[in-house]
Amino acid sequence: MSAQDSHVAGISAHIPNGAGAAAVLAAGIGSFLVALFALLADKIAAIKNLMIFYRPTGPLSGVTTCAIVVWLAVWLILHERWRNRTLALARINTVAFILLIVGVLLTFPPITDLF
Amino acid sequence: MEFTTRGLWTLIHGMGFGGLYLMACSGAIVELYRRYGPRSPAPVAGRDESFLRIYLAVMAVLAWFAVLTGAYIVYPWYRAVAPAGTTSLAEFPQRLLMSSPSTSAWHSIGMEWKENVAWLAPISITMAAAVAIRYGRNLKDHLQLRAALLGFVWISLLAAGIAVFFGAMLNKNAPVEGGSTFHLVERGQL
Repeated sequence: MSAQDSHVAGISAHIPNGAGAAAVLAAGIGSFLVALFALLADKIAAIKNLMIFYRPTGPLSGVTTCAIVVWLAVWLILHERWRNRTLALARINTVAFILLIVGVLLTFPPITDLF
Repeated sequence: MEFTTRGLWTLIHGMGFGGLYLMACSGAIVELYRRYGPRSPAPVAGRDESFLRIYLAVMAVLAWFAVLTGAYIVYPWYRAVAPAGTTSLAEFPQRLLMSSPSTSAWHSIGMEWKENVAWLAPISITMAAAVAIRYGRNLKDHLQLRAALLGFVWISLLAAGIAVFFGAMLNKNAPVEGGSTFHLVERGQL
């Protein structure tokens, strides 16, 4: 996000929206990662084995743990960088929603089977 | 009338956490529209603000409990492999479903979808709760942030709906049962 995004005309805010933007984008990324890691574990045997963190749960344990750790790390990093800034949230929302929708679609087995 | 340990945990996971979360989602959507919709006239009161913060935070806790109990308590029983020579698959729901062409899709589509898509609900609602806690009544001034919050709550409703629907159908076709049995009412007690 460039410095030009700060002080965007038309954005009314008592509190900078950067912290909210960080949370929204990180949630989109986290949702997408759940689906991406699940897809990779489903298609690549080596990744499937790597993702078995807890044997009774199988690869789901690693898929979700990895996605959650990366999601929280991304959230923390974005929060630190953006919390005092006011950003053009429309673009960030669009990216986050695309990631979220792709995440939902990629978890649907008939779509996963296309890869 | 009796419960098995596994049946009870499945009930806690599905109806306790999952079902309650699903109902709470519709309440959250109504509340968000009511407070921050274009026609909501009055500023948000401090008491209302605290209520929404607590409501969303409780929803986040419910969502995490739902996926964690599902993945680490119920799912291992569901996917357990039947030992060689097992004649009854009643305690091995995944194997039971896959043993018949008429039920195998409940696993290959239902469980395969549910086990992953369900995690989008806690991620989305945790974000919504964090935003509500940080911005409170100032959300009124952040149109785009409110739109994102509502959108993610809608998707979390969808994700939870998919998970709860398939969870119920899976348990109908191949119940997760076993472990100790608790007798609630014995014959002749009523």
